[in-house]
Amino acid sequence: MTATSVPATASSSEPQWSPDPRRLVSYGAICALTMVFICLIGMPVKLDPRPLIDPILSRGYASLVWVPVVFGYSVTSFVVLEGMAARRRGPSDVLEGAIVGAIGGLGVGILGLLVDNFDLRDPLINWSPQLVDFITFGNSIGFGIVIWLVIGALCGAAGAGLHLLPETVRLYVASVVLAVVGMSFLETAATDLLQGLKLEFISDAIYAKQGGLTVRGAVIVAVLTVAGLALGRFIRANQQRAAAGRAEADLATGGGASLTPVGGAMRRRSNRELVLGGLGIVGLLLLPQFLGGIMNELLANVGLFLLLALGLNIVVGLAGILDLGYVAFFAVGGYTTAVLTSPNAPWLHPELPWFVALLIVIPIAALVGLLIGAPVIRMRGDYLAIVTLGFGEIIRLLFLSDWLAPYFGGAQGITNIPGVQIFGIATVSGTDPKAVFYLVMGFCALAIYVSWRLERSRLGRAWMAIREDEKVAEAMGINTVNAKLAAFVTGAILASFSGAIFAAKVGSIFPNSFEILVSVIILVIVIVGGMGRIAGVALGAVVLIGILGGPSQPGLLQELAEYKLLIYGALLVWMMLKRPEGLLPNVRRSRELHHEELSQDAWLKAQEIEAAAPPDPEYPGWETPA
Amino acid sequence: MSPMLEIRNLSVVFGGLAAMDDLDFHVEEGEIVSVIGPNGAGKTTFFNAITNLVPPTDGEILFEGNSIVGLDPNQVTALGIARTFQNVRLFAQMTVLENVMVAQHCRTKQTPIAALLNTKAFREEEAQIRARGEEILGFFGTRLIGYRLDQPAMVLSYANRRRLEIARAMATSPRLLLLDEPVAGMNPMETAELTALIGRLRSEWGFTIVIIEHDMDVVRDVSDRVVVLDHGETIAQGSFDDVSSDPGVIEAYLGRPAETS
Repeated sequence: MTATSVPATASSSEPQWSPDPRRLVSYGAICALTMVFICLIGMPVKLDPRPLIDPILSRGYASLVWVPVVFGYSVTSFVVLEGMAARRRGPSDVLEGAIVGAIGGLGVGILGLLVDNFDLRDPLINWSPQLVDFITFGNSIGFGIVIWLVIGALCGAAGAGLHLLPETVRLYVASVVLAVVGMSFLETAATDLLQGLKLEFISDAIYAKQGGLTVRGAVIVAVLTVAGLALGRFIRANQQRAAAGRAEADLATGGGASLTPVGGAMRRRSNRELVLGGLGIVGLLLLPQFLGGIMNELLANVGLFLLLALGLNIVVGLAGILDLGYVAFFAVGGYTTAVLTSPNAPWLHPELPWFVALLIVIPIAALVGLLIGAPVIRMRGDYLAIVTLGFGEIIRLLFLSDWLAPYFGGAQGITNIPGVQIFGIATVSGTDPKAVFYLVMGFCALAIYVSWRLERSRLGRAWMAIREDEKVAEAMGINTVNAKLAAFVTGAILASFSGAIFAAKVGSIFPNSFEILVSVIILVIVIVGGMGRIAGVALGAVVLIGILGGPSQPGLLQELAEYKLLIYGALLVWMMLKRPEGLLPNVRRSRELHHEELSQDAWLKAQEIEAAAPPDPEYPGWETPA
Repeated sequence: MSPMLEIRNLSVVFGGLAAMDDLDFHVEEGEIVSVIGPNGAGKTTFFNAITNLVPPTDGEILFEGNSIVGLDPNQVTALGIARTFQNVRLFAQMTVLENVMVAQHCRTKQTPIAALLNTKAFREEEAQIRARGEEILGFFGTRLIGYRLDQPAMVLSYANRRRLEIARAMATSPRLLLLDEPVAGMNPMETAELTALIGRLRSEWGFTIVIIEHDMDVVRDVSDRVVVLDHGETIAQGSFDDVSSDPGVIEAYLGRPAETS
């Protein structure tokens, strides 16, 4: 029990606290259900053969044991209200976590018992003897129940115990766990990159032969993570101290006329961002040289989806038009390119070079954007989303239909699309993912430039105003219909670029490449990454397409491909609950009030020092009316 | 000389409810007219009808001699009528400066292509938009400029949001400014300050102003003429003193004595 030593009089101010059994049981039950669910979708059995850390932990067990850790942690989390005394942490927290974890473990044990005694294989295909083996570690079922009780309790206690650690230590622990798990899961990519860099000895040292980190490898990764983190914190602390010193000096001398101390600090910061961004771009351009074919293929896919997401980001992130049928423009770009370049196209087949075809793709995509946009744009919010969803499907079904088959090939699609001839120097096609990647990056750069320029223009501001409040935007003199159509058309053109590259890369095009799922995934990239921010969208594309994999493209976590949509969904739900602004939110959405107020005070002070002449700069024209 | 804004037989009907009933109204250039009336009298609907956010059911609205009925709200704004909103409706995620920059949309003309090419004309116009935005924000003292320029509007205090609403309407370069309860919810200090500013909006910026207000001290101090609405009809108009002693107005606000009903 907490705070028992506090005298009775004081306990009225310090909240008396005791564990709430109902809360523990309900958390435990949800924990157990989650673990049973994971078992029944077959994840543990399927992943069991591959180790996470070679002899200690297999990926199968890892896919289960994180659950009690998370639940142990969250059952002992609580919000400390401002001005209220926080409940004191103590061993009872660990006990609570252990109870919740044990209930979860018990669930797994009971599942093992049920699987052992009843046969439900008909609806539940993973209801198998292998699952029993997995749960009991090959021993008797009684042993299985006991061992899972213990595992659950230990993991729950560990999760809850995180609260007892100081903030810094918790950060280190979380980073180390993340780094080790990450390095293990990203083995393919890391090995490939190290091989390209001729540093095979590193991968030999840390990875086991049958996959997964060795214990030695895990230790090395952990040590490197801790060292890197400590170094980073040390550098940042130093910089902050220096910046604070500079700001003080600026203030003391009255600052420059217009260059406020805050402005100076911001400029320095944006300079650093520029340097970092430049290094990042150079790294990105060199990266494919050190990667193998599979990894480059993956990068090219990330690029294609990034290009799509950048276009959708203008429509959804800037103008606030929730377009669920964005894939339609991707399809239009792909099909137009196919018709114009392929000798096998059932209609026209002028066999134009790709770049010439692109010049025709742009106006056609813009036209389709206008045609779809014009009726849709008069709707708002949910209605607009539903209608765009419909249009997305209509476009796909049109390409699939027998009616248009003489033009677009129907279900047979269009094959034999040649690659991209770049001024006779190089040919970009699917067999050379490296070249595709560079081509895609070129167009991504164009898309980023367009987003960046437009956001800071009259049209971009009008988009943002429409996103914020369409009615008011109209009352402030913005022709909302035109502005929204412009957003639609810009998005359509960017998506058609992606479609054109996709056609040249794959070499053939079928209606089923343009299913609704593609629209959804592009939208998820934008939302998860951070709506309205380019770096966020890029991160979203890397995480979702690169790591998890696209709708039909494999990602780095190939063994999780079956569970891709499940993970997408879980990720989206979690994001909406905990971080609705995205992984890398738009800066203006996440500013801290406190800092802003201080900055305004600093600015006012600088102004006062600078201009002591006016009698009362605070209130010009201040006159009390009679 | 014909009035700047002339409204004849204006009616707005929502289903069976006549929010505006056969209203006549006019504003001369350079006037400050207050529109008062009890809650639900139709004051905000009156503004909505002028700016065409709610299309009138019947009647005529002439601005500088031309009918503006049936125009889109953005066209009305382009002609020179700007408004603020009673329930502050700023573009909350946009910065303070962007709020006044975006309101200059209908006074500027650079195309997206110019923005992409970053032409000289585009850069010059952007600089002008920015300078004008800062000039307008400077009208409110130091509260909306300096570091505040780049803050999102949502972090502003309540009174500053109300000021920014007015600044945003000013940025559309209107000839007629419609202020919907500009001092609602402000403390007496802020109210007095804003009252002085409303006078300066006319004397320094040359706006003609129609103002809806519940604070009778403000109404008395700023208005040349007061129009009282009730149930969508004008029940009295004239100077503040005439109107405030009008028995019909007192009845509308306080109700009828029991014996006469």
